[in-house]
Parts: sequence; structure tokens; C-alpha cells
Amino acid sequence: MTSKSVKESEPVSVAIARKGNLSNKSTEDTTNMESSIKQPTKLAIEATGLVKVFGEKRAVDGVDLAIKAGTVYGFLGPNGAGKTTTIRMLSTLLNPDEGTAIILGHDLNKESNAIRSKVSLTGQFASVDEDLSGLENLILIGRLLGFSRKAAKERARELLSAFGLEDAAKQQVKNYSGGMRRRLDIAASIVVTPELLFLDEPTTGLDPRSRNQVWDIVRALVSAGTTVLLTTQYLDEADQLADRIAVIDHGKIIAEGTSAELKASVGSGVLHVRVLDPEKRSKAQLILAQKLKVPIQALSEPTALTARVTDTQLVAEAIGELSHSGIAVTDFSLGQPSLDEVFLTLTGKPAESKRKQDEKGV
Amino acid sequence: MNTSSTSSHTNQASSIDSVKLKQALLTRSRPKKANWFSNTMTFSWRALLKLKYIPEQLLDVTVFPIMFLLMFTYLFGGAIAGSTGDYLQFLLPGILVMTVITITMYTGMELNNDISKGIFDRFRSLPIWRPSVLVGALFVDAVRYSIASLIMIGLGLILGFRPDGGTIGVISAVGLLLLFSFSLSWIWTTLGLVLRSEKSLMGVSMMVLFPLTFISNVFVDPSTLPSWLQAFVDINPVSLLVTAVRGLMHGVATTEQIGVVIIASLLLILVFAPLTMFLYKNKN
Repeated sequence: MTSKSVKESEPVSVAIARKGNLSNKSTEDTTNMESSIKQPTKLAIEATGLVKVFGEKRAVDGVDLAIKAGTVYGFLGPNGAGKTTTIRMLSTLLNPDEGTAIILGHDLNKESNAIRSKVSLTGQFASVDEDLSGLENLILIGRLLGFSRKAAKERARELLSAFGLEDAAKQQVKNYSGGMRRRLDIAASIVVTPELLFLDEPTTGLDPRSRNQVWDIVRALVSAGTTVLLTTQYLDEADQLADRIAVIDHGKIIAEGTSAELKASVGSGVLHVRVLDPEKRSKAQLILAQKLKVPIQALSEPTALTARVTDTQLVAEAIGELSHSGIAVTDFSLGQPSLDEVFLTLTGKPAESKRKQDEKGV
Repeated sequence: MNTSSTSSHTNQASSIDSVKLKQALLTRSRPKKANWFSNTMTFSWRALLKLKYIPEQLLDVTVFPIMFLLMFTYLFGGAIAGSTGDYLQFLLPGILVMTVITITMYTGMELNNDISKGIFDRFRSLPIWRPSVLVGALFVDAVRYSIASLIMIGLGLILGFRPDGGTIGVISAVGLLLLFSFSLSWIWTTLGLVLRSEKSLMGVSMMVLFPLTFISNVFVDPSTLPSWLQAFVDINPVSLLVTAVRGLMHGVATTEQIGVVIIASLLLILVFAPLTMFLYKNKN
């Protein structure tokens, strides 16, 4: 495992310029921001063969990236896949062992100072000072970036009120809720609006309401012309926010594309159906298989059926057909494929067991 | 639990103001980069704010010196010097050095704490003069050491400490002590970056500090010690510092005694400041 010269799994790069998709993710009001928006073809990040080795482990194992300026790029993967390590390299916190990257036109290996003055990082753990108040935290960052005392204070106030933290401005951050802390954290990253923002698992551990707020912030940032690279464990989040998604596992990108492209390869979702009468389950299985044209699995539970569906349009019809045939359905749901299902499809193994096998050296 | 319930209440009341947010994001102007001095002062401000919120941080520079001075003067005075009054003249400079040297290790703990929270990464990702994070904190530490010195010398004067070196002697003694403490702090910042937890840092620091401060000339005249121990005491940097501080306070310090401490301080900075910054830059 010392050196891997041949890459076993080339990323499924789809290099077609994407159109249309961005406009419905970002808000329409971009007229005032023309000057700040990058040329659509310009790359914010261009990385080739990034490698980081910790002891025996190749945490990042040959990552190539081409991220267009002004878009949201999502890194999707389980814990320990190499997401954070990649972000830490790209934000100049870690030196790559191999590989190069051009960030906003600057060489990562040579011009880390220039890069630091254009990018911001919001780490996985709240990167604010818990002992200070929210206001003081933002003033601190503002002063460090060169604002005068007055300007730093004004900017801090402006951001606190935009992020709904005005009331808590003078409270110590240790008394903030998780969602407030995360918002302050992001606010600290945009004291000077960066050209490129790294967000490491911005919504992990947040309640749905706070999560939606973070999503709103990301959307606002992109519409203001900032490129965002975010990591997430949730397919749903990547789907909501990212223009393009890279699925990363074991330090390698195992698939890359738009959300639609990824889903097409995984299937749109999973259908769970429960019938009232276990006797009728096999008949239901037959009907569903006919209608959906996919294999239907009978689970160990005597009334449950499940299927991975590609065409969600057919689901309503299929459920209707069941009731026409006199089969009572107590419960059905159509869910998005989970990260595990994405992994199952892309790698043939679930994320967890696959990792365990690798740890044993298989 | 009280705090979390109030904060979740605040959370409910607040929400993002999308108009203001858009407005805030439109401001893209980047101010002129702050210089190293401004960065350092900003970090000093941060350290001062922490004192404001956690005033018990000042216990080690207020209560400790008083406790140490009273304890050792009255415990050892009679036995070692025949009278507490005589012993105080000898002990005070030494115990002052010991107290201040011991509290230097908090610098490393503060840094270690920053690392275990995420804010270390935030600072490292900012376009700032990197040593300012540490130098700024060290400035405020110097203020803390000054407070400790002031309290201890004040109490000493009340108890009967009569420095022959006068005000100038005492002030230059404290100045020399501050220089050495600033230099010594870089060892703790180095360790703070290497060691994994605050606890292990505390353990290692005590392991270093305890013998250095006790096997020295702080409490006793080394000529009473067995020769092998005396040999260690003579080269112990703490002894050298105590000799110079004691000499300055009593007006008998030689240029050589002072020079040795200054050189030792500069050497400490030359070795450990770059080492700290290297580790800081390359921390995984």
C-alpha cells in the first residue's frame, strides 16, 4: 500500500457544461451583482492528483477537481472518506503530499498567502471563540482582516442582524444553540465576503429549521457570486444545494456529476409498501413488479415489500392498481436513495461494511 | 440546562433576514491588510476579553503569590535563616521568579485549548501575521506577570522586605523576569502544539517546572547542598535568573549575571519561536 500508481476507479467525470440548473437554484435578483459574478467558464478550483497520507492511511488518494466559479460543489461521503482532509488542503491548512491545485488563479503549493486572503473556511466544529460574545467574535475577525475599529463593529452589527443574531449579540457564544453557533460561524467567514467559501459539514447535528437557514445562507452566498465547496453526509443536502456533486470514498472520487446524473445512476428512490393481509403479499409483489418493471423484494416482515424505483411516475399508478385488485395497503412511502444506497450502487457494497473490510486489509 | 432553554427560545425568535443578508453580501470590499502590530494588538484584545469573562483566571496571579510568599516565609524562615525577616530578603526574589515561571505554562494550555476547538483553524486560514496569535496572548500574559510581581513585592514590603537596589533595581529585576518568562513561554507553545490534551500538557509542564524551580537557589543557598546537586543548581537556568533578579533587587548584580539571563532568553526565543511557528504551520 505504499504507492498506487494506477488509479483503479477513474471518476465518472461528466464534463458537459451545465446550463439552466444554476439559475433555478440561485435567486433571480442578480442584476446588481454583475460585477462580482465570475465568468461562467472560469474555474475557482482546479486540482490534480491531490494526495495526503497519514501514517499508513491514504486519507486522500488522488483527487482531481474542476469547480466552476460561482457554483456550489458538494462533497458527498461517509465519515472518514477524506472530505475534510481535502477541504483542509484546499484551504491551505494542510500541505498536500502530492498533487497540485490552482485556487482562484493561485498555486496552492506556492501562493498560500494569496489564497488565504481570498477564501474563507467554516470548519466542522464551530470555529468561533466560545468565551466571547457573538459581536466580539465578529469584531475580532474584522479587526484581523484590517477593518478599523468602527468599520469592524458596523460590519459585525450588519451581519448579526442579517443572520438573526441581533438579540444574542452580547451573549457569550457558549450559551448559543447549535443553529445560532453555526450561523455565527458562517457570519465569521463572510466578514469580508470571500470569493470562495469552504463549508465542512455545515448542517451536521442541526435541527431541520436551522438546517434550512444554513441552506438559505448558502443560496444567498452563491447568488452574490461566491463559489461554495461544501461537504455533507446527506444526499438530500447535496441535492438541494449543489450544482455538481462528487461522491468520495476512501480518499477517492468514485462518481461525479450533477445531482440528476447521480440519481439516474442510483435510481430515484426506494418504495416501501405494507399490505394489510400477509396472505396477499405475493399477489401484491406480482402486481408491483408488473407495473414498476423492477424487481420487488419481500422483506422478512410478513407484510412488507420494497423496491428500488427508477421512474417515480409509475409509483402512484402501481399503488392504485393494488387497491383496484382488492389489496389493502396500510402504509407506503417513496424515499430518496440514502447515502448508503448511493454507495451500494456505486461500489456494490454499503459504505459501512466496505470500510470495515478495507480496514482488515481486504 | 437553564442556559440551553433560554437560548433555544432566542433561536425561535430569530431568523435570517434575507434582504439584509443580500445587502451584507454585496459589500465585497476588502480593507487594506492589517499589519503585524495591529494583528498582535487584536489578539491581545481577545486575551483581555477573556479576562473580563473569566476573572478567576487572575487567581493564579493574585492569590497564589500571596499564598506562596506567606507560606514559605513563615514555614522555612526560622529553620533556614534563623528569622523570617532575614529569610524574606533572600526568599522574595526567588519566590517571585518561581511563581511567575510556573504561571507561564498557562500560555501553552490556552493554545492547546484553541486547537481542540475549531478556532485554531479559523485563525490559520486568515491572511494575518501568524505569530500574532501567540505574541498577542503573550503580551497579556506579561500584564498578568506584572500584576503577580506587583502584588508579591507590595506584600513583601509590608512584611519587611527592604531591597537595597531601590526602585530602579526592583523594576529592572521585574523587567528581566518578564523577558525570561516571555522567552520561556515559547517552550509551552511548542508543547501545546505537540501534546494532544490539556491534561498531558499540564503533566509534562509540571514535570519540567517542579525540579527546575525547586532544585535551584530559590529556597536555599546552594553551598549547603551535596556537590553533585550543587553542580545541577549552578547550571539550572532558573538559578541563573534568580541570581540576577536577587542581585538587581539588592543592588549587587553583575553585568555578567544579567547578560547570561538575556542570552538564555534570546536562545530560548531563537530555538522555540521558530519551532512553534513551524509546528503551527504544519499542524495536521
